[in-house]
Formats: sequence, structure tokens, C-alpha cells
Amino acid sequence: MTEVERHNYDVVVIGAGGAGLRAVIEARQRGLSVAVVCKSLFGKAHTVMAEGGCAASMGNANSHDNWQVHFRDTMRGGKFLNNWRMAELHAKEAPDRVWELETYGALFDRTPDGRISQRNFGGHTYPRLAHVGDRTGLELIRTMQQKIVSLQQEDYRRYGDYEAKLRVFAECTVTELIKEDGHIAGAFGYWRESGRFVLFETPAVVLATGGIGKSFKVTSNSWEYTGDGHALALRAGAGLINMEFVQFHPTGMVWPPSVKGILVTEGVRGDGGVLKNAEGERFMFRYIPDVFKGQYADSEEEADRWYSDQEGNRRTPDLLPRDEVARAINTEVKEGRGSEHGGMFLDIASRLPTEEIRKRLPSMYHQFRELADVDITAEPMEVGPTCHYVMGGIEVDPDTAAATVPGIFAAGECSGGMHGSNRLGGNSLSDLLVFGRRAGLGAAEYVESLGARPSVPDAEVTAAAKRALAPFDGPEDGTSAENPYTLHTELQQTMNELVGIIRKADEIEKAIDKLAEIRSRIRGVTVEGNRQYNPGWHLAVDLRNMLLVSECVARAALRRTESRGGHTRDDYPQLDAQWRNRLLVCQTTGDEPVPEVDVEAREQQPMRADLLELFELSELEKYYTEDELAGHPERTA
Amino acid sequence: MAYQAKLRVWRGDATAGELQDFEVEANEGEVVLDLIHRLQATQAPDLAVRWNCKAGKCGSCSAEVNGKPKLLCMTRMSTFAEDEVISVTPMRTFPVIRDLVTDVSYNYTKAREIPAFTPPEGLEPGEYRMQQVDVERSQEFRKCIECFLCQDTCHVIRDHEENKESFAGPRFLMRVAELEMHPLDAGDRVEAAQSAHGLGYCNITKCCTEVCPEGIQITDNALIPMKERVADRRYDPIVWLGNKIFKRNGA
Repeated sequence: MTEVERHNYDVVVIGAGGAGLRAVIEARQRGLSVAVVCKSLFGKAHTVMAEGGCAASMGNANSHDNWQVHFRDTMRGGKFLNNWRMAELHAKEAPDRVWELETYGALFDRTPDGRISQRNFGGHTYPRLAHVGDRTGLELIRTMQQKIVSLQQEDYRRYGDYEAKLRVFAECTVTELIKEDGHIAGAFGYWRESGRFVLFETPAVVLATGGIGKSFKVTSNSWEYTGDGHALALRAGAGLINMEFVQFHPTGMVWPPSVKGILVTEGVRGDGGVLKNAEGERFMFRYIPDVFKGQYADSEEEADRWYSDQEGNRRTPDLLPRDEVARAINTEVKEGRGSEHGGMFLDIASRLPTEEIRKRLPSMYHQFRELADVDITAEPMEVGPTCHYVMGGIEVDPDTAAATVPGIFAAGECSGGMHGSNRLGGNSLSDLLVFGRRAGLGAAEYVESLGARPSVPDAEVTAAAKRALAPFDGPEDGTSAENPYTLHTELQQTMNELVGIIRKADEIEKAIDKLAEIRSRIRGVTVEGNRQYNPGWHLAVDLRNMLLVSECVARAALRRTESRGGHTRDDYPQLDAQWRNRLLVCQTTGDEPVPEVDVEAREQQPMRADLLELFELSELEKYYTEDELAGHPERTA
Repeated sequence: MAYQAKLRVWRGDATAGELQDFEVEANEGEVVLDLIHRLQATQAPDLAVRWNCKAGKCGSCSAEVNGKPKLLCMTRMSTFAEDEVISVTPMRTFPVIRDLVTDVSYNYTKAREIPAFTPPEGLEPGEYRMQQVDVERSQEFRKCIECFLCQDTCHVIRDHEENKESFAGPRFLMRVAELEMHPLDAGDRVEAAQSAHGLGYCNITKCCTEVCPEGIQITDNALIPMKERVADRRYDPIVWLGNKIFKRNGA
């Protein structure tokens, strides 16, 4: 029998970023015992990297803002592929979730009348992002971390034990979800520090593990982003949707090479920064796509007036949704108008006074000065697209965040649907709060409704331990030993070059072949050393998840023969209304660490009539098929 | 432009360890963490190091470079001569787990001992009103990325293990100051700063401020003002007399 440390909780949350922490708070406030398991130290999750802000239509900066406007912006940003119910809940609940953070102690930047300040961002009609300079994610995570500490202090006063109802398992990796009769019974993993195994017996798991960016070479994501939640859910029998939609943020650093991909906040453009090519041209005016014609300024003069007068002018195309800007930069560079290091110039220096730049964008100032020897108050930044976010993820019920497998809940980046084919900046932090809370609530209600709890079969634990330790044994069948670092590099290279920002059928097929090769070699991965804090072993385990989600991305990308949001096909460059409502669902069968992926197309439920009526027919006609619009009130009237 | 850099990295665990010499390629623009990663990929696959964002925002990769507390991701190789031997060692104030990874649980224990934000009574969510100038003081402290380099360098605990019990360290004394200066926090934190969190141990040598990668003025803006508030409360002769006369304890 494998030696395993056992714990019993009502709810286990995997991931301690914004969504995970908000789920923990909710489930604990419902009186349940909660564990939160995270790969890093507590408070280090990728949410700290979020810079610009958290979108919520509080209407503090412009009183015309309301949930309907936010809903419309979100649907447009996602090119109408979004799960409309999620977009509705998100737009309606985001303001309450932000205000709630103030009661936990958050300190957002203020308006002159003392309310929460809101800034402009791409795709948002009004200034909408609550922010703290350009370190909003840090504020969110620290605030919720401190709220969790305050709940532990309550428990200490009541039970004499900080960890009576809520415990953080930091530097602990979950490798398997365990089911009994189709229901979640537990989660199995190891302590990174010691390599010892740990088993959580629990009827409900909230997956909040973030994204998949570490499958790509140029990314703004940290090492933790290996698609763990995506892979755990898939292997437990849940479906992933929208995996072909990967967001390349238009502005990542491009120089020096060691920092390539690190994020440059969209707040730079929200606060007045503009994109220029090597010829000094503000090229974005040439890239306003048909679906957004009329909504964006078509001259520099109007764009510049918009910052101070938003009623009489249209917004600058520098603030088009991210997919549009990233593609534009890509084209400019390809056509020979790139900077020395293959990027575009982002100029804030000539647009704002030095003091104002340092005040509004302190961490950008610091980042460029320290890492690139660039003073952003005096010179432009060199920027280019970087893999930033995956719109695809675990398919969930919008109201309860429940996946299709009983006992699995998911929130944040690892869930899918909310953002459709492209996420607007600022909609991630609000997503975390809204659906993190709903996942905590959904899990709590599920647990309360259960009669008998499923139990963890011993055989499953033994099998999980064996799989986790396989890299120490090396290949059984005489195949040659593989270095996990080398395989990881090859995987990143493949995804970046062949399933990156611009895609083609033959390249994706090449990628799928290469992934198959990596799949055959991954069984040979062999690691040195012992189980104590061994990064080679950790990578070998995470690599399986990266490969599995990469397969999902590549296979779904091959199937979708159109271009939409974070999926651009060179061989199918147009938006195709026939594809608008069609989801590609990835599923697996089989019990191996990296099972085969099947992709199946499925129709989404049509949007509720009262929501559809929020849009002008003339706009919907750009996205919808004729049949779909037959019932629109403007048609039937 | 690439050259072979000389790294001397501490390797070992809680029981024993030693400095090991490596030669590893360095390229233009790289930071120490890039070289540690290259070592992992090519020569020492099980070399333990913490890191996350690689952009100075998460505070995970804290260690000591040539004996100085630093974030490995923000320490540029160009700050060293090409033939210089660069030592990379774990933070000294905390127990080693393995190689460059230390047990920083002391910090999480101290964080739990500081009473949380106390919301003002009678204000509903959405009704909070604060002026920018008033939130800026605490916002400076909330820039903290919890790299714990200030804790690492603070001689109160760096050289005196026995002080850990009664001293929260600069990071968490700053947290007390942050809450004390929060415009809407309803708690009173002055007395506890001295009696429970050990503010009196600090003799304002400013070492913490010097190593802070976020440039927070820990000593000048957090610790000294807290000391002043403690002094006002404890040593004001009128307050002192009042306490004597009315026999109030611990006020």
C-alpha cells in the first residue's frame, strides 16, 4: 500500500489565484470546511500579473455605463460566440464583486469625489476598469489572501485553531481526480517540498488552475500555467469547449530576448499611449474591421479628442479588441514596417508628462528601466504579440459553475464560454470574482445536497502514485530516455510556430504529427535525483498536461474553418456566420496520463430574446445567419 | 556577445550542503534566473529554485547574489564583469529546504497574527468614499510583493533566531502601518504594534528599505511613523498621567 497523507474536506479548491480564493471565501462563509491547494506559495498565483484593471459597470467615471452596455461590449469582443448567460451574469454582478473587495480592505485608485476610479480599455465603451495603478491583480490577490487570513482568525477565536475550517496547502500539486461511480470522491497529489503523496477525500473539487500559456514559447504566463485543471477535468470525463481560441496579447516585450513575452499593460493605450510602426505611422486606423466600422475614430484628431470628450467623438482604434490589434501588429511586421527587434512602437512618452506616466504606470516604468534599459517617459517601448490567455476551458453550467461530471466545478481562465472567441481586457479579473464566487456557492450547494459521500477506492490511489513516480523509473520498453526540459522546448516551439497567432491547415497538421511524436517520446521521460523539491520531476508531470491541452488546441483549430477572435486561419480568413453558434467540444476516453482527444461540434442555445433585443439588428446581421434572425422583433414587427 | 559565466551555486538540503561551481552560457539582456534555468536544462536538472512571473511582480525568486538579498529575475548579468564569479545562495534568515529554496513559513505565521482589516460600521458595500491623497499612504505599502527580502536582511532576525517569536519583521510591521493608515479601518493598531508585533526591536537601520525591489520606503514611511504614534500614545505625559489617575490598563 502506498504511503499517503490523508485529509478530509467538504470542498477542495485547486488553484489559489483570484477565482480559487474567491471560491474558498464563499464556500467557507457557507460554513463548509475548505482546502485550497496551489503549486506555488500562497499569494504568488498568476493573478498578481494582471495589470490594467477589473471591468465593472459601476458608472463612476461615466454615468451612462450600466450592465447592458458591458454585456454588449463583452459579446462584441467575443464575436458573439460567448455563452450569453455567463456574459449576462458577469456584467450584472461585477460591480457588487468589486465593492465587496473594499469591505475586505482593498484600496483602489479614487475619483475626485472619492469613489473607485475607472480607466479606459480596449473594447469597453466607457471607462470601466477599477484599478490600482498598473498592479491591479496584486491588489486583488492580496486582498483575498488577507480576507482568507481574517476567516482563519475567526476560526482561531472560535476553535483555537487557525486551520480548523480552512487550510492552504501551498506548493502542492494535484495530479489526479478520483471518482467513485461517476462522482468525484477525491484528489491525489504530492507535496513539492518533500515529494510525499497527499490524498484529499472530498465530494467537490473547484478547478481554478488558470491557463495553458506554458505550451507556447513566447508567453506572458508563468511556469504554473500548464493546463492542469483543463487536463484533470478532461481525464475525469468532462468536456472542454472553445480550445481553438487562444489570446495573443498585442503588447508583450520583444527585447531583450530573455524578457520576450512579458506583458505590457493595455493600460498604456487606455491612458493615451499609441501604436506606431517603424515609419512613425499610427497604423491602427488602417485596421478597423468591417464589424467595428463606425464605432471607432477614423482620424488621429478625433481619436485624440476622444480621451477628453467621449460623447462627441469615437474611440481610438488603438483600443480595438486585442485580437484585432495583435493581428494588425503581426501584419505590419510581416510587411516590413517592424522595429529593429521585430515589433511595433508603443509611445506614451510623447503623449503624457513624465510625472503622470510614472504615477499611472509605475510598474511599466520599473519593468522597462530594470529589464530593458528603456525609459518609457523618454522613448517608445518595443512591443509584439505574446500568448496571454486561453478563452477555451471546462464547459460549465453558467449559474452554478458545475462541469458535466458531478462534483467538478470550474471558474476563471480554466473554465470556458464566458469570453467567446476573444476576451476583453479587464474582463478576466471580474470573471474571477463573479464565477469564483458562483463556483464556491455551487460546490457548497452540491455538497449540502449529497446523501452519502463517495469514497476513494484504494486501487485508484495506488495507480495514481505509480503514474506520478513513472519518470523516476524511466522507460520500461527499451525506448530511449528523454529529458523533460528538451521535450518541453520542442512542444513550445511547435505550438508557437504552427498553431500560433496565424494558422493554416497544413501547419496545424504538421503540429499534430509532432505532438504525436512527443506523445510517443513522453513515456521515455526520465528524471534524475530524488523526490525532494525536484523541478525536473515536477516538469515531467506537468508536461503531460501541457501535451494534452496542446492536442485540444491543435485539433479544434484544424476543425474550425473560419477566422474569429483568437483563432485566425490564413486559409479561411473570413468570419463565417455558420460557425458563430457552433462550439467544438474536446473529450477523451481512456485512462492513460495523455489520452486521445476527440473533437465534436455542437450548437449553443440561442440567446434569450430580451438580451438579443439589446443589439441593433444591423449589428447582428454582421454576425448571425438569416435564419437565426428571423424571430428578431425588428423583423417580425 | 554570449560568454561563459561563472556561477557558484549553493546546493544541499537541511542537513548539509556546499557551493558548487558551474560555467554556463550567458546572453545579452539576461538575468541571473535565466542562467539558473539554463543550468537546470543542461547540467543540473534537479536544481531547486522558486520562481513564477520572471518580471519582478510575484516575489518568488528571492535569494542572495554575492551575499546581497535580490530577486533573481531582476538581477541583470550586465551588472557583473564577465570573468566575475557570481555566488547564488539561499536566503540566510530562513531554514533551507533544498538548494535555493527556503522555508518561508515564518512569514505566513506572522501574517496571521496581524488582526485583519476591520470594516467601518454603517457603511454598505459601494458606499466607501476615500480621497486619493488619503489612500496613497497605504497604497505604497500594498505594492509589497512579499518577496521577504526585507525579512531576510533584517538583522533582528537574521542573526537572532530567538527574536522570531516576538518580532513580526519589517514586512508585517509595515502591514500594521498600512492598516493604521487605511482611511476607513476601524481597528486600533498602535499599542499592539509595540506589544504584540515587536516594533521596539527595530532600530531603523533601513536595511529593509535598501533591499526592497519595489522601492517602498519601509522605514521612513511605515516604521518611523508607527514608532511616533506609539511614542505619542505611551509617553505623552498627559496620557500617562490620565492613565495613572483613572487606573486604565494597556490603553
